[in-house]
Amino acid sequence: MALTKEQIAKHIAKELRDGYYVNLGIGIPTLVANYIPEGINVVLQSENGLLGMGPFPFEGEEDPDLINAGKQTITTVPGSAFFDSAMSFGMIRAGKVDLTVLGAMEVSERGDIANWKIPGKMVKGMGGAMDLVASARNIIVAMVHSNPKGGSKLLPECTLPLTGVRCVRKIVTDLAELDITNEGFKLIARAPGVSVEEIKSKTAGKLIVEGDVPEMIF
Amino acid sequence: MKKIVASADEAVSDIRDGATIMLGGFGLCGIPENCIAALVRKGIKGLTCISNNAGVDDFGIGLMLNQKQVKKMISSYVGENAEFERQLLSGELEVELIPQGTLASRCLAAGYGMPAIFTPAGVGTEVANGKETRHFKDKAYLLELAFEVDFAIVKAWKGDTEGNLIYRETARNFNPLMAMAGKITIAEVEELVPAGELDPDHIHTPGIYVHRIFKGVHYEKRIEQRTVRKVN
Repeated sequence: MALTKEQIAKHIAKELRDGYYVNLGIGIPTLVANYIPEGINVVLQSENGLLGMGPFPFEGEEDPDLINAGKQTITTVPGSAFFDSAMSFGMIRAGKVDLTVLGAMEVSERGDIANWKIPGKMVKGMGGAMDLVASARNIIVAMVHSNPKGGSKLLPECTLPLTGVRCVRKIVTDLAELDITNEGFKLIARAPGVSVEEIKSKTAGKLIVEGDVPEMIF
Repeated sequence: MKKIVASADEAVSDIRDGATIMLGGFGLCGIPENCIAALVRKGIKGLTCISNNAGVDDFGIGLMLNQKQVKKMISSYVGENAEFERQLLSGELEVELIPQGTLASRCLAAGYGMPAIFTPAGVGTEVANGKETRHFKDKAYLLELAFEVDFAIVKAWKGDTEGNLIYRETARNFNPLMAMAGKITIAEVEELVPAGELDPDHIHTPGIYVHRIFKGVHYEKRIEQRTVRKVN
C-alpha cells in the first residue's frame, strides 16, 4: 500500500533529533510537526521571522500579526523569538537550521530539485525555496513518487527549471525512502507491501538496491 | 526636523508616476494599509513595486493592481489574485521574481551602505543568468546588488516622534529592512507616542532611517489563511 500524506510525514519525523531547529515547507512537510516523537524537543523555524512556531490557534484567538510562511494563523511556544526576514535567511544561509523538509515537482539522481516553475503556466515564484536549498545542510524532500500523469518524479535529470543543484539528501515518497548518493537514488526502505520491482518501475533515475530492503514500520 | 505628517495622503504626496517604491509586509501581514489606500486615491501610474508578495484581489497591493498603477512587480512569491494573473499573462504587468532571502539581503545591503552581497541562492538556476559568480571555499555565490529605491513604505506597531519604530510579532518581516533601504522612508504606525516613551532598548528601527511618520487609522489587518483548532 502506498503511504498516505500523513504516513510520509510520520516517516520523515523519525529523522528528527532532540535539539533540532527545523524548517518545514508548505504541504506534506507541514504535517511532520504532528508526529514529533515523544521526548524529543525540536524548534520550528518559519522563514517569515519566527523560531518556536506552535500549533494553530483556538477558534477566536487568531492574531493577524502572527502567521507562518504559508500565511496561516499560528501560535508561538514558550521560548519563541521573532526577527526580520534578513536574519531569518541569515540563519538559514549560515547553516544554523538542522533540517529542512520541502516538497518537489522533480528530483534528479544527483540531488537537484525543481519545485517552483512550470514553463507556460502561471508562475507564482520561488519564495524562500532557493535560499533554503542553497544553504541547508540537511534537506529531505517529501513528495509522491509519480506526477498526476503517472510519470516518475525521480529522474536522471530534472526537466523543469531548477530550484537548486546537488542539495537534496533524502526523499520520502508514498512508495519509498531513498537517499541521494554519488551513484544515484539508493533505496533505503519500502512502503509496507510495496515491492522493489514496483519502486524500480516507477523510478526513472538510477536506482541502487542493496540486499534486502526493509519495509517501513508505523 | 519634523517627521510627523498628518495623514497617509500627505506622506505620499510627492510620489510621482514612474517611481520605484518598496512596501513592507509578508502576505497581508504587516502591510502599510493606509499608504496603499492613499496611493490608490492619488492614482499615480507606472510604479515599480518591490514587495515580497503582491496582495490579494481586493486588498494590499492588489488594490493598486486593480487600478493598473503598477508597471513592474519585484517579489519572491505572487499570484494570489486573479487580476494579477490576468495582467501578467496579457503583458500589461512585468514581474521579476527573486529568492526571498535575496530580496531581504538586498534591502539590508542598501541600509548598511554595502553595494552588493554574495548569496548561494539561485546558483545553477535561471536566477543566476547574467550575474557574476564567485567561489569562496569551493562554494559558488551570486553577486546581488543593493536596492536603490525612491521611497520605502513600512508599517510598524509603535513609533515615536523621532521616527523610532517597534514591530509586533511576524508583522516585522521585511519592514525594518525596507525602512533602511529608502531614500525617503515613510512609516505608518498603530500607535504614535512622544519621544522618550519607547524604551531605547526595544527599538527595532532607529529613527535615522525614517523621514516621515504618522498614526494610521482603521487597520483591517485581514487574515489570508485563517487556520484554527477546535476547543475539545
